[in-house]
This record gives sequence, structure tokens and C-alpha cells, in this order.
Amino acid sequence: MQQTKLLSEHYDKPEFQNLDGYKKHGGYAVLAKALKMDPKAIIEEVKASGLRGRGGAGFPTGTKWSFLPANGEPRYLLCNADEGEPGTFKDRLMMERAPHQLIEGMIISAFAIGSKKSYIYIRGEYDYSIACVRKAIDEAYKAGLLGKNILGSGFDHDMDVYAGAGAYICGEETGMISSIEGLKGQPKLKPPFPAVQGYLRKPTIVNNVETLAAVKYIIRDGAAAYRKYGTEKSPGTKLFSVSGNVTKPGNIEVPLGISLKDMIEMCGGLKPGRKLKAVIPGGSSAPVLTADEAMKATMDYECLAQMGSMLGSGAVIIIDDSNSMVDLLDVIMHFYHHESCGQCTPCREGTGWLSKIVHRILKGDGEPKDIDLIKKVSEQMMGKTICALSDAAAMPAISFVTKFRGEFEQHLQKARTTSGGVAHA
Amino acid sequence: MFTLSAEGQELVKKELTRYETPYSAIIPALYRVQKENGWVPEDAVLHLSQLMNLPASHINEVLHFYTMFNKKPVGKLHIQVCTNVSCAMNGGRELADALCKRFNVKYDEVSADRKITISRVECLGSCDTAPMMQVNDRYLENLTPELAIKKITEMGG
Ligand SMILES: Cc1cc2nc3c(=O)[nH]c(=O)nc-3n(C[C@H](O)[C@H](O)[C@H](O)COP(=O)(O)O)c2cc1C
Ligand code: SF4
Ligand code: FES
Repeated sequence: MQQTKLLSEHYDKPEFQNLDGYKKHGGYAVLAKALKMDPKAIIEEVKASGLRGRGGAGFPTGTKWSFLPANGEPRYLLCNADEGEPGTFKDRLMMERAPHQLIEGMIISAFAIGSKKSYIYIRGEYDYSIACVRKAIDEAYKAGLLGKNILGSGFDHDMDVYAGAGAYICGEETGMISSIEGLKGQPKLKPPFPAVQGYLRKPTIVNNVETLAAVKYIIRDGAAAYRKYGTEKSPGTKLFSVSGNVTKPGNIEVPLGISLKDMIEMCGGLKPGRKLKAVIPGGSSAPVLTADEAMKATMDYECLAQMGSMLGSGAVIIIDDSNSMVDLLDVIMHFYHHESCGQCTPCREGTGWLSKIVHRILKGDGEPKDIDLIKKVSEQMMGKTICALSDAAAMPAISFVTKFRGEFEQHLQKARTTSGGVAHA
Repeated sequence: MFTLSAEGQELVKKELTRYETPYSAIIPALYRVQKENGWVPEDAVLHLSQLMNLPASHINEVLHFYTMFNKKPVGKLHIQVCTNVSCAMNGGRELADALCKRFNVKYDEVSADRKITISRVECLGSCDTAPMMQVNDRYLENLTPELAIKKITEMGG
């Protein structure tokens, strides 16, 4: 199977990084078109396209935009380029290869929602992405594509980069808002949702890099053309970051709805002699699929949801039979414990317990009741907290110990035999 | 007391009016301190508080929330090895251990010659090139312990 390069068509051309090169390939022509449209018509087109947020939750973008109050109050557009979900590396590619594509998509989106100011919040580790985007913003200002009276339309818009400083939780939209406001990057209770009260308590739209870039193509080709890709409920193409045990890991752009089996083949398949054991289909927060499930899965929001997992950020981690699932869960739980911002007791304590219990099972110090304890702790972490990090830790934990219970039991068995038949704590 | 260079102070003052609220200038100011000093000493917080006219307690909270700010000295080369899932599956943890052994330093400590600090970090968004690490601002990818040692040595480690 071939890639379907809608957004990534020119990513292999170094010139696409610069304004001149970008313009050679039609850059900013869609902005010129959009600025002549009625902003409401742009929102309608995005709604009709069925575009769903590419940052993790898959919320329909046009619907989110229509939650903004209708009055003329100042409103902000924030681009989420925090990209911290383990396994995800697509936004980095987009910012490094095509910063102007993001900027063009953002100006169009800002015009649609009536925003005069936007920020691109880029994780601090992405030094090169930050440099690429800053340079592109400078170029855009000099060419009259940002600032006052863009392309003679009467529309004003300012854009800036804000660099994070190392905190996964700042990828959560309200955590990101706190961070730009100069506070600790802690999430805030919803409602109010950002569209009503976000950055500095003003109406704010937060969208992922890929979502905002896709808007350009929806306006260029129309919603109907965009819907030719993908499925009814998951229209369009998506960039997937495929990593783990495939021979050719990397980003690929494909229509939503292709089979996971095809995706693995497109990435070179497994190493010789290895068997598929499991797949994490949407970043480390997504419940794991067994090999059997993976062979039946299609990569769209509805199929993965139906299998009890999620498409998430499009980070696909392929796991072969050389891995221990106990070991991988230990890595994942350590991550969530480290990244919990500590505001909510179920999350702060729960991630700590999960990390501790999984680690002692791995080290051969587990007790027979530990597997059920993992489930119990996880269940108490769900739906009770300010943000979804707590659920994001609990869901993979439940899926690992349920679907790979045998492996966890083997570790406990080992513990009992090596300690003379007595389980020790 | 630590103070920023004249140029650094100028930059911080500009950042104070760049965003909608002066508080947004705290992260950029802390970055500047780290750039000039390698890490953020406690008294830099007081200096920034005076310079920016913002409460020291607040600046301190922000400082401690983010992992990229070094709260204690680091070596000239800060080597951050990713040990999250995709890297762990491809030898990231073994890589980190091998580097500690080769450069004779414990995690998060500074080597005797002040040249090196090795840390284990979470996913750096380069999982297709696992295992990988970040040395100061640079990503080094598709590593083996031998290759990583060679590159660190070339960089002066
Ligand atoms: C713990 C946590 C981390 C998140 N990290 C990211 C991230 O790194 N990038 C991102 O775009 N969205 C992330 N999200 C989702 C955002 O909260 C938000 O839904 C998204 O940015 C909205 O954009 P979209 O509708 O275009 O997807 C995260 C959510 C949670 C709960
Ligand atoms: S759920 Fe966890 S990460 Fe989210 S706000 Fe609560 S403590 Fe912080
Ligand atoms: S897991 Fe190491 S870079 Fe993502």
C-alpha cells in the first residue's frame, strides 16, 4: 500500500521550509481565498468536512469552534505543539518540514473564529522545531501575511511562539493555558471550557498542529473532496507515527480506516523470525491490543473505540514477542507517575501505587493479590479528576493486566519459587 | 548573588511586555538564566523577582514545576537518554547504563572533570530513531553505545 500524501506531499523538499519555496507549491493561495470568504462559511465547511481533532481526543473541530460566544469579545487561538504523548513524533515533522503550512492553516482558522492573536505552544525540547517556526513567522510578517491588514483584507492577526519547559501535562489544553499564563502548568477544572473561558479567561480555541494544518486543505479542496478520504465517521487522512519493533519506523500519512495489518507492512513489517505480540494504537494512554485484535483493527476512531481502545494522537507502537509486557507496563506507569501534576489525590496517589505495584511484580517481589489490586486502584482513578491524565494511566494498566494476565502471573509464580514457596512483599 | 548580563536583563525586560501578562515572561527569563549559567541557582530567583517586579515565591513555583530547568549544576554536556517505551524496546535503558559506566558517573550527577551529566528522560518525540538521546540542544539518533560514546567524545566529553 502507498501513502496518501495530502498534507505531507512536499515534506521531502527542503525548499518547502522557506516562504519562497512554500509559495512555489501554492503556499498562501488558500489564505487569499479564505480571506474573501465569510468566516461563518469557513466554519461550516470545516464542520461539513467532519475533521476531528488530531491531538488525542478526536473532538469534531467545527463543533468546537461553534462553542465560541457570538459576541465580539477578544478570543485566542492556541496551537498545541507540546507533543508529549509517548510514541508521537508527527507534529515535530510538520513544524520542521512545513512551518508555513501550519501558519497558513492557523491564519485561516483565526480568521474563521475572529481571533486577532495566536500562540504556538511548542515543547521546550523541540529546539529545532522552535527555530523553524520562529523563522517562518518572521518571514510571514515581512511578507504581510501576519500583522495588520493581511493581504489587504482588513483582517489583523498576530502570532507568536511560546516554548514550554518540560512537562507532559502542559499538552492537556488547560494545563497549556496555565503554562502560557505564566503559572505552574496545572490543568483547570472544566467547565468552563476554554471556548468560553480559556487563556486569561477569554474565549480560546485549542487545536493540535495537524488539525490546524488540515484546515488549509479542507478550504482548498472543499469538505466533499476531503471526505473522499477516510470513513464516514473518520474523514480525511492522518499522520501516524509508527515505532517499536518494525523494520522501517517513521511517520506515514494514510486515509483513516486502513487496516493496522497494512500499516505494519508499510513500515517494513516485523524483524525476521519475530511474531507480533501486541500493539498500542494511539500513544501510551491507549489501551493495548492483542495480536489477534490488531490483525482485525482498522485505524479509525470508531473501530478502535469499539475495541475498547483509541486512535489518540496516532502513535502506533508495534510490540513483538521479544518484549515482556510486565516490563513495558512498568515503563509506562513510571511515566504517568512522573508526569502527574499532583493536584488530584486519585491521580497523584494512584499513579504512584500503580508504578510501585507493577515494579515489584517485575522485580519478582509481587504478591498474588497484586494483579487484582492493579485493577482496583485503576478503577478508582477513573472519571474522578480534573484532567484525563489519571484515566490515561488507568486505562493501559487495566488493559495490560487483563489481556496479558498470564505473563503477570508467571512473574508472580517465579517470585514464589525463588523465595522458597513463600510470597514476599 | 547571581545576576544576568546587561544583554540578558535587556532581553528579560522585553519579554515582560511581549505577552498579555508579565507572568508569561518567567519561563523565558529562567531559560535565559540557564543559558548564561548552565543551571538556575536559588538566588537567581531573587534577582529575577527584582528585575521583573514579580513575587519570588511565584517564580520559584514555576522553576520547580518544569523539568528542563536544572536546579543544580550539570556538566558541560547534558546527556539526556530517552528511556520511554519505544526507546526502552530498542535498548535505550542499556544505552544509558553503558554511558554512565564509560564516563564513570552516576545518573544526574556531574562527572569529576565537570564535563558530563547523564539523565534518563521521557519520550523526546523521536521514537522512530530509537534509541536516541539529547545532548544539550542536539538530538542524536539511531544509537548504539559505541556510536553514542564516539559522538560524545567528538563533542568534547
Ligand atoms: C494528559 C494529556 C496530555 C495531552 N497532550 C497533548 C499533546 O501533547 N498535544 C495535543 O495536541 N493534545 C494533547 N492533549 C489533548 C488536548 O487536551 C486537547 O484535547 C487538544 O490539544 C485539542 O486539539 P484537537 O481538538 O485539535 O485535537 C492531551 C490531553 C491530556 C489529557
Ligand atoms: S488528573 Fe492528575 S495530572 Fe490531571 S490535574 Fe489531576 S493530578 Fe494533575
Ligand atoms: S520513546 Fe524515546 S523518543 Fe519517544
